[in-house]
Amino acid sequence: MIALIETISEWAIPFLIGFIPLYGWLKGVKVYETFVEGAEEGFRMAVRMIPFLVGILVALNIFESSGALDSVIHFLSKPLDYLGVPAPVVPLLLVRPLSGGAALGITTGLLHHYGPDSFVGRLASTVQGSTDTTFYVVTLYFGSVAIKKIRYALIVALIGDAAGFIAAVFICHQLFH
Amino acid sequence: MVNIVWLVLIVGGLVVSALHHSMLPVTQAIVTGSEKAVEVAFGFIGIMALWLGMAKIAEESGLMRAFSRLLAPFVSRLFPGIPKDHPAMGSMLMNMAANILGMGGAATPFGLKAMEQLQELNPVKDVASANMITFMAINTASINLIPATVIALRVAAGSRNPTEIVGPTIFATSVASVVAISAERLFRHFQNRSKS
Repeated sequence: MIALIETISEWAIPFLIGFIPLYGWLKGVKVYETFVEGAEEGFRMAVRMIPFLVGILVALNIFESSGALDSVIHFLSKPLDYLGVPAPVVPLLLVRPLSGGAALGITTGLLHHYGPDSFVGRLASTVQGSTDTTFYVVTLYFGSVAIKKIRYALIVALIGDAAGFIAAVFICHQLFH
Repeated sequence: MVNIVWLVLIVGGLVVSALHHSMLPVTQAIVTGSEKAVEVAFGFIGIMALWLGMAKIAEESGLMRAFSRLLAPFVSRLFPGIPKDHPAMGSMLMNMAANILGMGGAATPFGLKAMEQLQELNPVKDVASANMITFMAINTASINLIPATVIALRVAAGSRNPTEIVGPTIFATSVASVVAISAERLFRHFQNRSKS
């Protein structure tokens, strides 16, 4: 089953890059001109999100480099340990929604330090894979259409993240402990 | 809420660094943060242009509409008010398909394209519509079948069974999605009630 899924994901991109133009050509679309016309938009979209990205990345950088993030991690690791989250995984839980690069770094570190087949390694892998960098996605998606009032979007996304973390801790305790 | 989060990140960070007497690293971080934002945005241009070009061909040839008609019945309940053959539906489905199949680079361009098409249906242009928030919630929970990056990391770290986390990951990501979508429904419900 997993081999099948892996084959599909390996073929998906090359298949689409070949199939879409071929289908278009068969339907009488001027494929190259149409492609260029659509592709032009890429630049505009990227430029439109810059102000939003600057805002969020500067704020996150300040919070991280100042040591404020470490203080929060330190503060939360005791109560989370009570709830079955091993202390080494706590930084990952907090960083995962904030910074994709930093989360990847922490996961890599945990896998090497504790071993990928340890409880810490398995829980870290599950947490890393099961959610995305929420702050970044929210910024990107609303920034690209220049929406400034995002209403309850962030709270909804963070509730989802929290649920994902709880589910990851729960399932790893069930399967791996 | 986003205003408060933003303010807390900045002011909280500055206060802590003042307590640590380390204003120089923070100054450095401010500069690199703004530079990185531009780097990220520009790093996107190539892959975005590629998939937006492909999306345009798929649109003109009717492929996108056929694809939406085929799959929209499964997700249209999540997005009330969006016609099944609206271009936004096609882009959202492509985004979800790309996420599920682990086509990393392709998901974002289709997602952003979908946001643009949802924006056309949005009556108030600078305020997020409920359907946009639902769509974003699905994306932040990032439903995927193959956490390819994590598996690669586990292989590199010498795991005996690198794919054993696939099942737990699918479980956790499904819970996250269901909870996020339900939370969105609740907020939507209460906001509508308080308006009427």
